[in-house]
Amino acid sequence: MSAAAGAAALSGESYLTDGFSLRSWLLTTDHKRIAILYLASITVFFFIGAAGAALVRYNLIVPEGLIKSAETYNRLFTMHGVVMVWFFLVPAVPVTLGNFIVPLMLGARDLAFPKLNLVSWYLFMLGGAIVLYSLFTGGVDTGWTFYTPLTTQYSKGHVVATVIGIFIAGFSSIATGLNFIVSIHRLRAPGMTWFRMPVFLWSLYATSVILVLATPVLAMTLVLLAFERIFHIGVFDPTLGGDPLLFQHLFWFYSHPAVYIMILPGFGIVSEIVPAFSRKPLFGYTFVVWASIGIAVISFLVWGHHMFVAGTSLFSALVFSILSYMVAVPSAIKVFNWIGTLHKGFIRFDAPMLYALGFIGLFTMGGLTGLFVAALAADVHLTQTYFVVAHFHYVMVGGMVSAFFAGLHYWWPKITGRHYPEMWGRAGALIIFIGFHLTFFPQFILGYLGMPRRYHSYAPEFQVLNVLSSAGTTILAAGYLLPLGYLTWSLLRGERAAPNPWDATGLEWQTPSPPPTENFVATPVVTEEPYAYPRPKPQATS
Amino acid sequence: MSDAALPHAFQYESARHQARTAIAGMWLFLASEVLFFGVLFLSWIVCRHWNQAGFDAGARQTALAIGTLNTVILITSSAFYTAGVAFIEASNTRRLIQCCALAWVLGLAFLILKFGIEWHEDLARHLFPGPRFAITGELRTGAQLFFVFYFVATALHGLHLLAGLGLVGWIIRRAGRGEFSAQYSTPVAVVGLYWSFVDMVWIVLFPLIYLIGRGP
Amino acid sequence: MNLWLTAATHNATQVDYLIFALVLISCAVLALVFGLMLLYMFKYRAGSDIDRGTLPRKTWRLEAAWTAATLVAFFGLFVWGAKLYLLLFQPPADALQIHVIGKQFMWKAEHDGGQREINAIHLPVGLDVQLVMTSEDVIHDFSVPAFRIKHDVLPGRYEALWFRVDIPGTYHLFCTQFCGVDHANMVGEIVAMPKADYQKWLARSDAGETLAAAGKTLFMRYGCSGCHGGDGAGANQSQSTVRAPSLAGLYGSPVTLADGRVVKADDRYLRDCILTPARQRVASYLPVMPSFAGEISEEELLKIIAYLKSLSQQEPS
Ligand code: HEA
Ligand code: HEA
Ligand code: HEC
Ligand code: CUA
Ligand SMILES: [Cu+2]
Repeated sequence: MSAAAGAAALSGESYLTDGFSLRSWLLTTDHKRIAILYLASITVFFFIGAAGAALVRYNLIVPEGLIKSAETYNRLFTMHGVVMVWFFLVPAVPVTLGNFIVPLMLGARDLAFPKLNLVSWYLFMLGGAIVLYSLFTGGVDTGWTFYTPLTTQYSKGHVVATVIGIFIAGFSSIATGLNFIVSIHRLRAPGMTWFRMPVFLWSLYATSVILVLATPVLAMTLVLLAFERIFHIGVFDPTLGGDPLLFQHLFWFYSHPAVYIMILPGFGIVSEIVPAFSRKPLFGYTFVVWASIGIAVISFLVWGHHMFVAGTSLFSALVFSILSYMVAVPSAIKVFNWIGTLHKGFIRFDAPMLYALGFIGLFTMGGLTGLFVAALAADVHLTQTYFVVAHFHYVMVGGMVSAFFAGLHYWWPKITGRHYPEMWGRAGALIIFIGFHLTFFPQFILGYLGMPRRYHSYAPEFQVLNVLSSAGTTILAAGYLLPLGYLTWSLLRGERAAPNPWDATGLEWQTPSPPPTENFVATPVVTEEPYAYPRPKPQATS
Repeated sequence: MSDAALPHAFQYESARHQARTAIAGMWLFLASEVLFFGVLFLSWIVCRHWNQAGFDAGARQTALAIGTLNTVILITSSAFYTAGVAFIEASNTRRLIQCCALAWVLGLAFLILKFGIEWHEDLARHLFPGPRFAITGELRTGAQLFFVFYFVATALHGLHLLAGLGLVGWIIRRAGRGEFSAQYSTPVAVVGLYWSFVDMVWIVLFPLIYLIGRGP
Repeated sequence: MNLWLTAATHNATQVDYLIFALVLISCAVLALVFGLMLLYMFKYRAGSDIDRGTLPRKTWRLEAAWTAATLVAFFGLFVWGAKLYLLLFQPPADALQIHVIGKQFMWKAEHDGGQREINAIHLPVGLDVQLVMTSEDVIHDFSVPAFRIKHDVLPGRYEALWFRVDIPGTYHLFCTQFCGVDHANMVGEIVAMPKADYQKWLARSDAGETLAAAGKTLFMRYGCSGCHGGDGAGANQSQSTVRAPSLAGLYGSPVTLADGRVVKADDRYLRDCILTPARQRVASYLPVMPSFAGEISEEELLKIIAYLKSLSQQEPS
């Protein structure tokens, strides 16, 4: 820590105290403040989406459905999917932790384009406002996948408005991705070569590549969709010479890479935390890095695995199946490397580590079930059932939301300058892990037994498992409300944090907590590999 | 004036660093745009493959003369803008302004021709897809699809051009205040990239709309 | 709570083997991953003063080993899944055909004898059954979990699905592609019965005309016979001045198109000829056949095609 930065810390000045007016927040170009704006926004979106999930699970307690109207149910899960994917999980880590940490980790003072960063937040909020408006006045009942011709010709509700909202939010994604890529290329501190970059940066780099190159595909697809919906003629309408499968191809060409947008940042977070709490360098750093890049590239080539029974050619199904297995290899590499990192470490079990370990377990289970649906003949039976629902909740909720919490707890002292209460943190991690399994494991069995997804009512023999799943949701709900409570509490009452409370490597820890507006007073210089944790004497740490 | 003394935003080391970064950012944005329009072109080709005769019937209804004129206009406009960039690199602000103004006027001419005249006629001739669509019979479906693409593509291209006009106008204003010189011309170069990109999109659109399938 | 799902077809059992293998592999991987994690968490917890030795320097051997192992395992799974998939979707010749039309929110089925049912399909066990499916509106999906098979049903084209039921019984039929408000009610049952019972069922239900007979009437009504001749035998036998190909013996035979492609005249082809003749013109004929899209409903189309097929059974060319 430089002397000047130390002085700033002593005087208690930080980005948080640099102006208190509303204006100083809403017109800020400071990446740290924008991260906070985003954090508040996506928290709201998460709980809106989660309320949708809670109602979905409530409905499914009895076979006829506790919510009387099927239309309402359909709107609920559509709202749940749309909000969770585009307004929570896709942006979640990049715009909050990414925005906050990337410049700090790079040793930079801000992102390359701070104004663009602020614009992206406004775009996000505008898109979100439009989507919420349309979801709450009339709603949409198409599922988050918007398959044509249902969406364009038959469904009622505010499809066009929703699509416009997603379109606008898409540009916010592109802006964020662009900012990260350029910043990582151009703003690395002296001495930080590409292969001295922490894996979190690499992961966000890979994520950003997908954000910048896949999102425009969705944007144009939505334009065509909206045109067809408004004028009742267009490219996806089979009765008018169009091709309904074309929509599915384009949609998944974006949405499959998008699932890796959602998971890659999680890989990055876990790759920071596991070494930090094992006091060991990341095992196989180079392999983990190339695995991230590999995932980003191959993810563009596997979209067809969502269409194994959609009516594409048998040959294309074979190709997409093998490519789906290929994209799973880099993920396997990562899992093994994290375990390798634990080997011979000095492992501490603070809350971030518990969440990260939870991530590894849940992601592996989600990933393995991805292999079920990538196996063609098995997918024929399992597709469009609760098995798929369970698969993606394991990776997205069990995996990614855990990773998000891991990162949030890890960097919380840096972001807020306060510690969260450790005991509560650990309890939260445990409750989420247990509640999660109870909610979603029964859904694998339901899927195997044939219960279709997106069903407002179901055959009576599925009830027991559904009740179990709904019961699990209450535990899960407690698990998610808990951090909301104690993290908020810690903002006011938490213990003050030192610049480097975890004793971790990484430039973000070399500046006070919370950091001053300019991040670093003197530009830091990098002289060694990432994760250069000194081997402590065993006695010293116990 | 030495490089280090030039003003630059606080996250950069130098003005040069900042300039290079801005240009990199624009390139990346254009990469994103390529995929945006790429999807449109791809869908266009897929649909044409299924409805070739109808698409060709649609293409025959388009105004080749205006399209060709517009192509010439846009290319000339880009040429002027590029000349302007060369001038400012020699610190010739007056010439930069002249070139930009010409580029701007040509861009506006494109918009007038395209939307004021061509679209106007297309609409009057009931070429907008829908129940009152002019082409009937077996080729109707394909021709309507063609015009779906025609209107979506030209509208999106037009919007991009409109944004470009705003940007070029902004460059002219700043140049008028004497803000650019050989040392500092990043915005001019960045807008130039964008302006040429809008041109490139048109160069792909032109054959798709007017030439392919028009026949003798 | 029943955790078991009947495997009512031979292929269903095959799919189950694949799924069970996947479960076993997953359990093994999970045992490895969770086992090592728990072991290390305990052994190398910060408090333990176990001797940790020095860190390994080179890691690439290990990396290569587990990458290769994963690749091999994945490739095996791919091949298994793919082989079975090809089996699931390559219909055997001369299967019993049943026609299925999906519409918001019901399944309509028609048997060749003209028997029609809604949200139920009766079929015989021990026989290959092929479904020829289409939709009148949005995309649906025909799914029978007990058969471990499903396929999307698209508007504007025919999709096929086949199976051979081994165990008589009544099984769930679900629509598994979200198709609108009442998606969850687009359900029905498949009743698989011994052949003799099936015959009885066919005889008992008031069938009316066979599909082909009804199709013949339509063939006349829509004026097809004006060009293709009264019994579809070709224009030379009709009074018309138009020269149109003979449709007798067409089904199942190869057709050379004007653009040089050679295609097999299957259900999908016949359908396309009638609805979108411009997309595939038969070689050496004038492109005069008009499109009947929007005029002929899906159900009538089924009948006309059944009639065209019956022509080829009478006099194979
Ligand atoms: C974060 C999101 C995320 C992630 C990371 C993944 C990861 C994977 N997904 Fe998933 N997926 C979704 C989100 C995600 N998915 C969503 C949202 C849907 C449904 C969308 C909808 O229809 O609404 C979906 C649907 C989906 C389908 C379509 C199912 C269907 O609709 O029929 C398929 C099919 O191939 C698939 C496959 C995979 C595979 C192979 C992986 C792989 O990347 C997983 C790789 C990881 C591992 C394999 C685990 C670790 C590996 C080891 C420990 C190695 C050892 C193993 C062996 C040797 C066997 N996914
Ligand atoms: C990132 C994404 C994400 C996340 C985090 C979740 C979280 C959850 N999801 Fe969801 N889900 C999707 C993405 C996600 N989901 C997608 C993409 C679909 C597909 C949609 C489609 O088919 O189109 C889907 C579909 C889906 C279904 C299938 C619906 C159907 O097919 O009919 C179900 C059913 O159980 C479900 C359940 C849950 C549950 C129980 C949670 C739990 O983890 C949530 C637990 C949390 C709580 C219960 C919150 C508790 C707090 C409150 C209730 C307070 C709320 C109010 C305020 C304070 C304002 N989800
Ligand atoms: C105006 C005359 C005309 C009428 C009416 C007509 N057809 Fe045709 N049909 C043709 C001609 C000419 C061809 C060959 C050129 C082509 O493929 O379009 C043809 C081709 C076909 C083919 C493909 C034959 C092959 O050899 O592959 C089928 C099937 C067919 N018609 C069925 C029908 C049916 C069913 C109807 C009524 C619903 C019908 N046609 C009405 C003139 C007609
Ligand atoms: Cu039909 Cu769902
Ligand atoms: Cu996918």
